[in-house]
This record gives sequence, structure tokens and C-alpha cells, in this order.
Amino acid sequence: MNWSAIAAIYRFEMARFFRTLAQSFLSPVLSTSLYFVVFGTAIGSRIQEVEGVSYGAFIVPGLIMLSVVMLAISNASFGIYFPKFLGTIYELLSAPVNFIEIVIGYVGAAATKSLFVGLVILVTATFFVDIRIEHPFAMAAFLILSCLSFSLLGFIVGIWASNFEQISLVPQLVVTPLIFLGGTFYSISMLPPVWQTITLFNPVVYLISGFRWSFYGLADVPIGFSLLAILVFTGTCLAVIGWIFKTGWRIRS
Amino acid sequence: MTTILSIRDLRKSYADGFEALKGVSLDIEQGEILALLGPNGAGKTTLISTVCGITTPTSGTVTVGGHDIQTEFRAARRMIGLVPQEIALEPFEKVWNTVRFSRGLFGYGSDNARIEEILRKLSLWDKRKNAIKELSGGMKRRVLIAKALAHEPRVLFLDEPTAGVDVELRKDMWEIVAELKKAGVTIILTTHYIEEAEAIADRVGVIDKGELRLVQDKNTLMAQMGKKQIEVMLADPIQAIPDSLAVHNLTLNGNGDALVYTYDTHADRTGITTLLNDVAQAGLVLRDVQTRQSSLEEIFVNLVSGEPA
Repeated sequence: MNWSAIAAIYRFEMARFFRTLAQSFLSPVLSTSLYFVVFGTAIGSRIQEVEGVSYGAFIVPGLIMLSVVMLAISNASFGIYFPKFLGTIYELLSAPVNFIEIVIGYVGAAATKSLFVGLVILVTATFFVDIRIEHPFAMAAFLILSCLSFSLLGFIVGIWASNFEQISLVPQLVVTPLIFLGGTFYSISMLPPVWQTITLFNPVVYLISGFRWSFYGLADVPIGFSLLAILVFTGTCLAVIGWIFKTGWRIRS
Repeated sequence: MTTILSIRDLRKSYADGFEALKGVSLDIEQGEILALLGPNGAGKTTLISTVCGITTPTSGTVTVGGHDIQTEFRAARRMIGLVPQEIALEPFEKVWNTVRFSRGLFGYGSDNARIEEILRKLSLWDKRKNAIKELSGGMKRRVLIAKALAHEPRVLFLDEPTAGVDVELRKDMWEIVAELKKAGVTIILTTHYIEEAEAIADRVGVIDKGELRLVQDKNTLMAQMGKKQIEVMLADPIQAIPDSLAVHNLTLNGNGDALVYTYDTHADRTGITTLLNDVAQAGLVLRDVQTRQSSLEEIFVNLVSGEPA
């Protein structure tokens, strides 16, 4: 393994994060605070508790996931798309690094950034609502796995994209609806039976359900399914990235 | 001499069927400077990109320092540095950080003394804390060279290093190349400027339509393929070439005050002595005599157009 290369890529990407601290850090904190003000306090006060948890506290895991997933995708996709756009990818392709090292560097940095923001949102949330974490290790595992797997997805998006518009296409048009319809703001048991079944085809449901379970012990689907779903998703992303580097798709002519 | 880079029957075809390289074979000796000349689209950049790992070859083999670029890509690539044709740099990154990044990417730990040495050599030391977007075009090109040298490569590819740079910077680049050669670095450069190849290369390769048309020692090439001309300046202009001089196939310049004689430097007899005698006997008075050799540019144009120089 070329550890120096992994460290160089990781450090380079993290430097971008610190250069754009306002954009990377303050904006998710601000938008999450607004969610709490609107949904947690203004509207939430008129919504009854969900299975014994106040509505404001109920939406915390979903809100963390919302930010973490969006940031993981945008950080990772931008991280690898920018060198393609600038032409600096020549250096990566001509360096003694293999695809595993490139992925660890870029995806590791993107996952770190989103993990950091996820934790900041968690801390921010404690200023608005009472939070308890019943299964802290499971919570950490779900959070880290989500950061990693969606960074992998973001990496794929970045390789696939041929312009900046496509970079925002997947998060905005695919992931946002899946997250909003995946039980971020409600328990799927609140839905009519038909929609409960349809919702089970949304992979994000498993993610948010598992993550919420780690907080309050409440789950829409069995925890084992949640864990399996995120592992399958991670494995699929890894397989796709493996194929991309083997064939050189969109990177090596 | 030791061969440091060996290319054997290298071919590259793209999905649309375009053959960018049609079986290129080439050996490059350690420490030499090879200039690759060729028109746009000839395959120069494809050849470099393939050796450096940016493009995957369709067939053929390339070894760098005995390491195959595909099966031993790590060892091979560590020996290579690449300065690309286009200025491709992260605009918000600082000069120092981007050079350190390149060094790390090639598997070397951060060595401040080494990075400082490179930046000083390229007159970038004062700019080390500047963001790249604040630099001039010439400085950015220096940063590209610094990045390529950060891992101390033994073979350096310079793809059109002086395209679009001013005369002063071009001269600076030539000096940098000369210094690298002194340090034992093998340099392969592509260029449109024939004068560049003429000024700094040891050998010249001409590539056209994906084929290497010729690789030769620069001086040998110029001597072999170049014609020499003697221009005999006359004290008094003449209207026509005297009949007694017809045998020499002379041409008269527009003002009628110079006769031009073309000869082969490799012929047993160049005919110069006879010419000068005949000129004197024809009653013409010489004001001056000049010789001129074909430039590499003329040789190159003639090679590519398929005509002898």
C-alpha cells in the first residue's frame, strides 16, 4: 500500500474542507437549526409524541442522516470531479497508486467531513431538544457506515458526472426525495397500509429506522434488516467502484 | 549507455476506431534529451500519456528502468515525472502544499529541505505561500515542473513545455532542462518549436500519423538530411547568370547581386572550388561568401510532407 499517497490525498481534501469552513460547516448547522425551529418547536409543539418520544427529539436521527448523506455525496463527488474538471487528474492517473488507495483517500476524507458535520448537528440538537442514546455503539456504527457508504456513492457520482449540473442531480433529484419519504419526519406506521408497503422499497427507510433505533429503541423495520441493508449498499458501491477502475470508465481512455 | 525507457510496438486505438499509435518502438538512453516533433494530432501526447499511465495501451510493451508499466506500474511510475501540456492546477491551493501533495502521491514522505530545493531552483521560493490562482501563467508552468520533480524522477516528460510562454521564460526553461540533464535526468519533450529541439535536444524523433518516422542524433540528422547552400555575393549586380556557369545549377537572387549554389555535404566533391574558379573566370567580382545549412524545421516539414530535404 502507498500510505503516503493516501495521506496526501486525504490531507489535500481536508484542506479544502477547512478552506471553505463556512460552506462545509456553518451552513448545515444553520439549516438544521432552522429545521428544529420550524418542525421541532413551531409545528412540532402541535404534534403529539411519537411512541413516547417528543416530535422534536424524534426527528433528530433523521435530520442528522439528511445532512450526513447529502454532505457525504456532495463532498465525495466534488472531490473527484474537481480534478477531472481542472485536468489535475493526470497526476493521480500517472502516480504509483491503485484504485483502492485513491478511494480510501477521497472517500475517507469525504466520510470524515460528513461525520464531523453529523456530530456537530447532534450537539446542536441538544440545545433544542432532550436526546437520549440507548445504543451508542450502534449509533456510532450506523453513522460511520452511512458516512462511508454515501461517500462511496458520491465518488461514483463524481466519476460519472461530466458537468457540475450532474453533480447536484443525484443528491437533489434522487436522494432528497428518498430521504424525505424515508421516515425522516415521521414513523412509517403513520402511513396508510399500502404506502407502508411501498415505502419498504425505499432503502433510506432502513437506514433511518436503524439509526433512530440506536437513539430511542424505536424501529420501523427490524434492526437486522437495517444493518443488512446498509452493508449491501456499501458492498454494491464498492463493486461499482471496482468495476470503474478496472475498466477505466470515464477516467482512463 | 544504458537504456532507461524501452517502447516496443506500442499501439493505441480508440473506441471510434482511430489509431493514435501504430506500433511505435523506441529506446531512450539514460541522461539524454529526446525531442519529439510532429504536427498536431500526430500522436505525441498519446505516446506520453500511454507511457505515464494516463492512457491504456491497446498492445505493446513499455519498460522504464526495466519495470513494465503495467505489471510493475508502481516501480515504473515512481521513475517518471510528467509536465502536462495544459496548465492543470488546483487554483485555491498554495504552491508549497501542491508540491508536497505531489511528493506524497508518489510515495515519498514530506521532505521540507527537498521541496525547498526544488522551489528555489525554479524561482518559486518567494511564492511558496501564494495560492496558485495568484500566479502568472509562467509561474504556474514552473509549479507544474516543481510538482513533476517533487518525487525526484529519473525520466521527465515535458509535453510542449514552452507553448505560449514568452521568450525569456522559454530560455529559462531551456536552462532548467540543461541543469536536469546535468543531474542525470532523462528528458523527453514534445515541441512545436523546432528551434527548441535544435537548441537543447541530443536526439530528435519525428512522429506523424501515429508512426515514428525517424529517430536520429540531432547533428547527424542535420548533417545527413540538410543541404548546404553557398551564397556568392557580387560586387556588381548582373541581369542573368553567365552561360559558363550553367553547369552549376545556380539561382540568381531578386536583386541580381547574389548567386546561390546548393550542394550535398556528403558528396565526395562538393564542387565549391570549381564554382569559385568559374565565377572568377566569368569576370564576376566577389563581395562576400556565406554558407547556410537547412534548419531542423525545413527537414521536419520535408519529412512530414514526404519530400527530401
